Amino acid sequence: MATIELSINGQQKEIDVDPNTPLLWVLRDHLDLVGTKYGCGIAQCGACTVHVDGVAMRSCSMPVQGLAGKKITTIEGLSDNGDHPVQQAWIAHDVPQCGYCQAGQIMSAAALLKKNANPSDQDIDTAMNGNICRCGTYTRIKAAIKTAAKNS
Amino acid sequence: MNKSLNRRSFIKSSALVGGGMMVNFSFFTSCNSQNDDSHVKWNTLNGYLKIASNGQVTIMSPNPEGGQNVKTSMPMIVAEELDVDWKDVIVEQAPLDTELYQRQFIGGSNAIRYGWDGLRRAGAVARHLLREAAALTWDVPIEEIKTEKGKLYHNKSSKSIGYGDLASKAAELTMPSDIEFKSSEQYHIIGTSRKNVDSKKIVTGQALYGIDIYEQGMLTAMIIHPPAFGLKLKSFDAGAALKLPGITDVFSIKVLNDDFLRLHFDTCSFLEVVAVIGESTWQVMNAKKEVEVEWTPFDTYSEERQFWGRDPQTLNIPAGLESSTDHFVDMRAASKQMNKEVRKDGIPNTAFAKAKKIIERTYTGPHLAHNCMEPMNFFADVKEHKAVLNGPLQKAEFTQKAIANRLGIPLEKVEINMTRLGGGYGRRSYSHWAVEAAVISQKVNAPIKLVYTREDDMTGGIYRPAYMATYKAAINDEDDLHAIHINAGGTNESPLYANRFPAGAIDNYLAESWTIDSNISIGSFRAPRSNFIACAEQCFLDEIAEELGKDPIDFRLALLDRAARNPIGEKNDYNPNRLAGVLKLVRNKSNWNQPRSAIYRGVAAYYCHNSYSAQVVEVSIEDGHPVIENVYCAVDCGILINPDAAKNLAEGAIIDGIGNALFGQLSFVEGIPQQQNFHQYRMIRMKDAPKNIEVFFVENNIDPTGLGEPTFPPAFGALANALYQATGKRLYDQPFSMNGYI
Repeated sequence: MATIELSINGQQKEIDVDPNTPLLWVLRDHLDLVGTKYGCGIAQCGACTVHVDGVAMRSCSMPVQGLAGKKITTIEGLSDNGDHPVQQAWIAHDVPQCGYCQAGQIMSAAALLKKNANPSDQDIDTAMNGNICRCGTYTRIKAAIKTAAKNS
Repeated sequence: MNKSLNRRSFIKSSALVGGGMMVNFSFFTSCNSQNDDSHVKWNTLNGYLKIASNGQVTIMSPNPEGGQNVKTSMPMIVAEELDVDWKDVIVEQAPLDTELYQRQFIGGSNAIRYGWDGLRRAGAVARHLLREAAALTWDVPIEEIKTEKGKLYHNKSSKSIGYGDLASKAAELTMPSDIEFKSSEQYHIIGTSRKNVDSKKIVTGQALYGIDIYEQGMLTAMIIHPPAFGLKLKSFDAGAALKLPGITDVFSIKVLNDDFLRLHFDTCSFLEVVAVIGESTWQVMNAKKEVEVEWTPFDTYSEERQFWGRDPQTLNIPAGLESSTDHFVDMRAASKQMNKEVRKDGIPNTAFAKAKKIIERTYTGPHLAHNCMEPMNFFADVKEHKAVLNGPLQKAEFTQKAIANRLGIPLEKVEINMTRLGGGYGRRSYSHWAVEAAVISQKVNAPIKLVYTREDDMTGGIYRPAYMATYKAAINDEDDLHAIHINAGGTNESPLYANRFPAGAIDNYLAESWTIDSNISIGSFRAPRSNFIACAEQCFLDEIAEELGKDPIDFRLALLDRAARNPIGEKNDYNPNRLAGVLKLVRNKSNWNQPRSAIYRGVAAYYCHNSYSAQVVEVSIEDGHPVIENVYCAVDCGILINPDAAKNLAEGAIIDGIGNALFGQLSFVEGIPQQQNFHQYRMIRMKDAPKNIEVFFVENNIDPTGLGEPTFPPAFGALANALYQATGKRLYDQPFSMNGYI
């Protein structure tokens, strides 16, 4: 066990855990931030996507010990009122079905638009390739990303 | 349209404490099915709507929400007949309550179909009572009272009042003896697109699933099940695991007792598992790896099963470590030896004997895992005389029985609260993991949440069976399709629907069925059986059309015309005109009669779950690889409730169908699943999905039918037929990516 300081959604958090614990389980089990989801545990499905210093990362495969001093953003911290352009576009396109993967999809999309304001179809395919949607909402996700790009 | 309310027990009103009105009603009264769930009787009040004194309308949603959007579309139906503004409606999720509600299910694409009548009735009765209250208040005839968006109007005297102001008074009135529903021209909510009521919660991470339950004092539990089907627990040593920090307990549990009476959804692959309990998920996940477990082969045994609406059956669970390659060898042998004739029209033997040409093709499909994005999980807090269980379920009523049965406590002591589901697709109709959670909680005498890892989930059983179907066609001297012979079966289940198209359109028809025993457990998977047989059938018809030099749509339409005008047999389960209708619509919308260069097209049409869908898939070749450019989809599901949500569901089913057709496969070697997580089990991703999907609905005034499943099966066949046009290779074996598709 070790005491680790994390910056999550603009707040400093101090937790006492095994330093090998993946960020995902620290968020969910210790910090009551359950919007970030468990899907596979091996960085293959993207349900656990968060931002680390603005870059989309899979929190299920990222031990917390390396994260001190980095800025972590989860779906709960993406915007103050759920009004990030990506979130708004998701509602406008009525994207979700079961909804379980969507927090991860939104975090991947938001990170993409941050570095590429006007992505091509291929840019979107590449950036979103790590996120599985079992309900098959891909065409809507892509359309929503394009809308968000226009409105950002 | 007048609807008699002679079954008055289906609805009643009462005053709300603090003002307002509550109408209790029966959600599911449209049960007029002849062929599937007719043994189920709906006869109690199983829903409610409330009108508060401030005019706010609350509609309770009894069914779990797993992505099919019923939590939005079912209340829309009530709001329409009640004539309120949709923005004044809030929806509440009901807990499982078998006293109050029935059919709190996800399954069979039936929610809207069965809900249609009861939901409209509830809204219409409440509106009638409010109008009557206004008529009494203003001393005018009820016929002069109009409503609009939650307000009552008397135009002659220019009076108006909100529903909320008269709700208490309306609640005291006698129920009307008959009621008038709106005609479809009067609709302003039904048939208009309304956003998912939970979308804000979903996009902000606030929507809660079963796996998100964290209760005070709760421990985390995981299970270790046998690594191969055919094995059972022999012994385990938890010494090393128990030394790890946070680990509180390791023990084995019997999931079902030896004398457990299995109902329909009590499939359980592994009867004894090791449970690992600890303080946090990561600790338990790691401790699992440190438990040394010894497994041993089990002997052949049998299970008694009370299937829903059917006679009890005995299932044979054979000993042995099975491999997929052997399944297909065994199925091929079975198809030649164990045929059970299910339907015969005409004299097929003679037709085949006299045929000018016989075409025979065999199609196969592998086991499929559901792979819900939210792995199986459940919260349980079992005390001596009360069990509280919370989590995602498709058929909570059955789960409640299973848990009461297993724990040996009365049904009414088992409380189940349903969370949102992170996917179901049939997997969450079964609930052995909820039973496991209850048994573990009982044993540790504490609240626990059982969580499956992805690997536990994917290797845990209850799969779409492996199937095989051989289609044989006789072409006569006039170059007509004169006979069809279908021979179909699978591991523990046959995919055959003997009374479905092309039955009814063929003079000489023989359908045979068989199964082989397997210890690899199976279960419902989106559009069960149809999800395989539709592809076989539609690919075969495509090949026959080509053989006869006919356009594939014209060929199907000619058969359907025959089935409509002069059907063979009396048990045909589809409406040939509606199936032809979706084919004509998709032909029109896809510009089928105007081929484009370098675009290769395939078509399929299918009927299941009371709805009809035809699809055209368009493929191009880029750098030698097929790319899915467009999918055009026509659907006839009767009256459309929420068009954009309906399109979303169809788009998703098409992508799901294409993904499973291309990549879906759970294969076995010596009983061990060869795909255990998403690095091995390929799921469709954005880059593989069609670039564009367009969904069109047949407009009619037929009562609405299902949508979650019917657009799934045709995608497989339309894709296969398009890929054939693109590559010249017929695809007979799924997944196509492993069997000929580049």
